[in-house]
Amino acid sequence: MKNEGLIYRISGPVVTAIDMKAAMYDVVRVGTEGLMGEVIELHGDKAVIQVYEDTSGIRPGEIVVNTGETLSVSLGPGLLTQIYDGIQRPLPTLEKEMGVFLTRGVDADAFDLEKIWTFEPQVSVGDTVVGGQVVGHVQETDTIVHKIMAVPGMGGVVKSIESGDFNVTQTICTFEDGSDMQMMQKWPVRTPRPYQQKYPPVIPLVTGTRILDFLFPLAKGGAAGIPGPFGSGKTVTQQSLAKYSDAQLVVYIGCGERGNEMTEVLDEFPHLIDPNTGKPLMERTVMIANTSNMPVAAREASVYTGITIAEYYRDMGYDVALMADSTSRWAEAMREISSRLEEMPGEEGYPAYLSTRIAEFYERAGRVETLNGEDGSITVIGAVSPPGGDISEPVSQGTLRIVKVFWGLDAGLARQRHFPAINWLNSYSLYPQSLDQWFRDKIAQDFPEVRVELSGLLQIESELQEIVQLVGSDSLPADQQLTLEVARMIREYFLQQNAFHEVDAYCDIDLQYKMAKAILSFQEAAKNAMASGAQLNDVVNVPSRSDLMRGRLNKGYIDIIDDMVKTMCEEIAATVEEN
Amino acid sequence: MTGKEYRTITDVKGPLVFLNKTEPVAFGEIVSLRLSNGTIKNGQVLDTSDDMVIVQVFEGTAKIDREAGVTFMGDVFKLPVSEDLIGRILDGAGRPRDGGPDIVAEQYDDIIGAAINPYSRRSPHDFIQTGISAIDCCTSLVRGQKLPIFSASGLPHNDIALQIARQAKLTGSDEEFIVVFCAMGITAEEYNFFRADLERTGALEHAVLFVNLADDPAVERIITPRLALTAAEYLAFEKDKHVLVIYTDMTNYCDALRQIGAAREEVPGRRGYPGYMYTDLAMLYERAGLVKGKKGSITQFPILTMPGDDITHPIPDLSGYITEGQIVISRELHQQGIYPPINVLPSLSRLMGSCIGEKTTREDHKSVSDQMYAAYAQGRELRGLVAIVGEDALNERDKQLLEFSGVFEDKFLRQSRDEDRSIEETLDLCWTLMSAIDTKYLVRLDQKWIDKYHPDNRK
Ligand SMILES: Nc1ncnc2c1ncn2[C@@H]1O[C@H](COP(=O)(O)OP(=O)(O)OP(=O)(O)O)[C@@H](O)[C@H]1O
Ligand SMILES: [Mg+2]
Repeated sequence: MKNEGLIYRISGPVVTAIDMKAAMYDVVRVGTEGLMGEVIELHGDKAVIQVYEDTSGIRPGEIVVNTGETLSVSLGPGLLTQIYDGIQRPLPTLEKEMGVFLTRGVDADAFDLEKIWTFEPQVSVGDTVVGGQVVGHVQETDTIVHKIMAVPGMGGVVKSIESGDFNVTQTICTFEDGSDMQMMQKWPVRTPRPYQQKYPPVIPLVTGTRILDFLFPLAKGGAAGIPGPFGSGKTVTQQSLAKYSDAQLVVYIGCGERGNEMTEVLDEFPHLIDPNTGKPLMERTVMIANTSNMPVAAREASVYTGITIAEYYRDMGYDVALMADSTSRWAEAMREISSRLEEMPGEEGYPAYLSTRIAEFYERAGRVETLNGEDGSITVIGAVSPPGGDISEPVSQGTLRIVKVFWGLDAGLARQRHFPAINWLNSYSLYPQSLDQWFRDKIAQDFPEVRVELSGLLQIESELQEIVQLVGSDSLPADQQLTLEVARMIREYFLQQNAFHEVDAYCDIDLQYKMAKAILSFQEAAKNAMASGAQLNDVVNVPSRSDLMRGRLNKGYIDIIDDMVKTMCEEIAATVEEN
Repeated sequence: MTGKEYRTITDVKGPLVFLNKTEPVAFGEIVSLRLSNGTIKNGQVLDTSDDMVIVQVFEGTAKIDREAGVTFMGDVFKLPVSEDLIGRILDGAGRPRDGGPDIVAEQYDDIIGAAINPYSRRSPHDFIQTGISAIDCCTSLVRGQKLPIFSASGLPHNDIALQIARQAKLTGSDEEFIVVFCAMGITAEEYNFFRADLERTGALEHAVLFVNLADDPAVERIITPRLALTAAEYLAFEKDKHVLVIYTDMTNYCDALRQIGAAREEVPGRRGYPGYMYTDLAMLYERAGLVKGKKGSITQFPILTMPGDDITHPIPDLSGYITEGQIVISRELHQQGIYPPINVLPSLSRLMGSCIGEKTTREDHKSVSDQMYAAYAQGRELRGLVAIVGEDALNERDKQLLEFSGVFEDKFLRQSRDEDRSIEETLDLCWTLMSAIDTKYLVRLDQKWIDKYHPDNRK
């Protein structure tokens, strides 16, 4: 057989070719327009292909050409600030070629191949370079040094090494065995990039969102799932993480979601400043946008395109955070393709391999020792969109089996406009044990204890609420009424955080700790005052408490919060005398 | 290119016709079927291979037998478009239904429509005043938004849609909306209601209607909204118009989708709807918005009736996952005799933040909207509590909030079908109603707005 065959059948995004030499995951060109596709099943002399563009108007008998390559991404300087579709075509280039509507049959380089970068070598002639080793540096954006690495599995003794201005396709290093390398390399998206070893996660990804950092922390190199019904805040949460988390790089995948949401990110990010570096956020971001109405096969691929780019920067020793919104749409793309293949379905029509694919994807997260001997990490945060908000469905369950952090969004809280609408009673993080040392060393010795105290209070509140529902709060003893007040303070002052507020959207971790302590100080002062005869009502209503609570909406809060707490405690103590 | 006629039908199943041994037929190609009695039906290729072709027949497969002649038309489905569309009534397959001439095409547009490049979109931010307080204050509509009405059978969603169509305007602009109306499987009575209203107000002259009624072929409903959106895209992005697309009822559309899935023996998803329904609906809903370099816009108002009033049913559920919020109609409010019976609590406009405030509506809008919502939510919750513990057990604050929830429904929500309130009027009304609550309980209102707008301070 040869590398060329003919179309035998077309059914939506799935095309069958005959008389063509093909291997699994080969990239092929389908039809006279040369639409890009990938071999996903072999069946006797037939190759089944998923096509990354619309197939209307294609006919049986048209040509199919096997490129012999596997689906790969291009990696090199120029990736940052880009916005790609699911198969790494830059959307601005597509706009230039096609206008505002995405037609088909256009190829586009992932980044500017002509652009000149200044290459600074890090190895010398005669050095032995192994795969994954850094051979030189390029300043990619103001904040990010792009490390040019030998392709894993390649390398040798350096015969020549360049220094100075080159584009990404020019040779910058040659080896004694005659091989050479350029600044751009390719990597197949479905193959995880290798590393030396995985480390346990011991450093938190600090997000600036209080409920996340304080109650349900995520580790750098960890994985979190955010399931929630429509309109509960998955996208807003993911975007907040993309803006404020202390990752050095962010890969944001809009997978089967709204076009306008990507536009919003594109409008906003170039003007937003990374609170951790003071530079525009865009400079640390790569975006992938394969919206709900773009081809489903490319949606399936988008997740792999994104994680491979993330791995590439991880291999340079960076902490990368990857958001996928929404993994349910990715799973649905798998389901759609699978049903066209007439595969035997598993649960709810999803292919039987769904949970394996989900697990494999999240396994690409982790904190690792890179081939270059550095520390790098990928933290993965996946949104899940369960039908009807019911997480007993396969995608939610497949995700929860593998991720260690569950941020459960709650329709009821969203309806009460309690944002972020993360349910503090059923969400969890399995990382605190491994992260507590970091919190003790970097923030405060008693950080873990404060966390336990806050979540304990919330737990007690939910039990008390059941009684209140029956008898009203007035019939509770005063100490329990105080507990309810404290819990309310936790909810309204600490857990609620408006992602669109110019100040409160991001809360420094030191400030988070101070705020948590402020609540406990209130509780302490109130208890003491009430033990000496003060009335709950007076204690709760001291004006300095509402000043303290409102203060978080102003800049410079961290500098004055200690004084405000002091004033509040004094005022509370003074309520004793009033009686 | 019109090819030769084949008589190779092997199977007919539900809305599908299977045939074999043809020349290569394109995926998505339009098909014409000639029955032995001379009737012509139309269809589209769903699956094509060397051995077999599957055709979905829009008009249903009644009377089709193995003798029927099948001709492949050589192209995918295209709609003839030109500005002549405006003022016309077409059927669910795009043929004149008003007795008028065929549309003289300026161009033929593929009805599937290409996706808008996300990079080429412009963010919507122009506030549309609908004149309905509940919407303008609490779930503000933006030009270019897709905001469905989640309703249920027997509720006045059509009145609301029509009222929006009549009253929608940009504040401080007299630019007109062109209404593209798309009926899918609604009754003749409902349709006449829409049509009569559009005629009465003269809106019909600026409207395009695509009509597939309950007794029209069900499968045709698959293409009707695509025709409507193709017309909308042409008018918006070729002719700089601001287009308001109202389609009703999405539930009938989804049922047609389910019917085709079943005939193809596809593995069904939830409640028998196809697994790809999310993607399919997205291909419609995402055809809203604004794009770079074009003046026009498409705003969508899909109407759907929730089977069993169940918001977790796949049709509202998948819609809610794609659209930019939802307006929820409440049976309870309707039964209380309140029009428009909009339940603001589960309703949401996700783009609201981008269109309200000092420059567009009024500086206090956000604050007022938050407070109205919170007070009403609390008041509603207290109704449940009062049922258990009695009103006497409430403290002063709770009593006021409880009282307010009734006033909210009676004075704020309730308005007549032709009452067109400006946003100023709506916000002033909010202040008047909220002034019944002690200011110290209105914690979501900024003090500066209280100083400026509270009736006590305005006198
Ligand atoms: N942290 C937050 N602060 C303020 N508002 C929020 C927050 N989270 C969510 N919201 C509000 O809720 C709305 C819906 O949030 P979002 O778009 O993130 O939902 P979603 O879960 O992604 O829904 P879908 O599944 O339909 O995409 C937002 O438009 C915003 O009004
Ligand atoms: Mg979302």
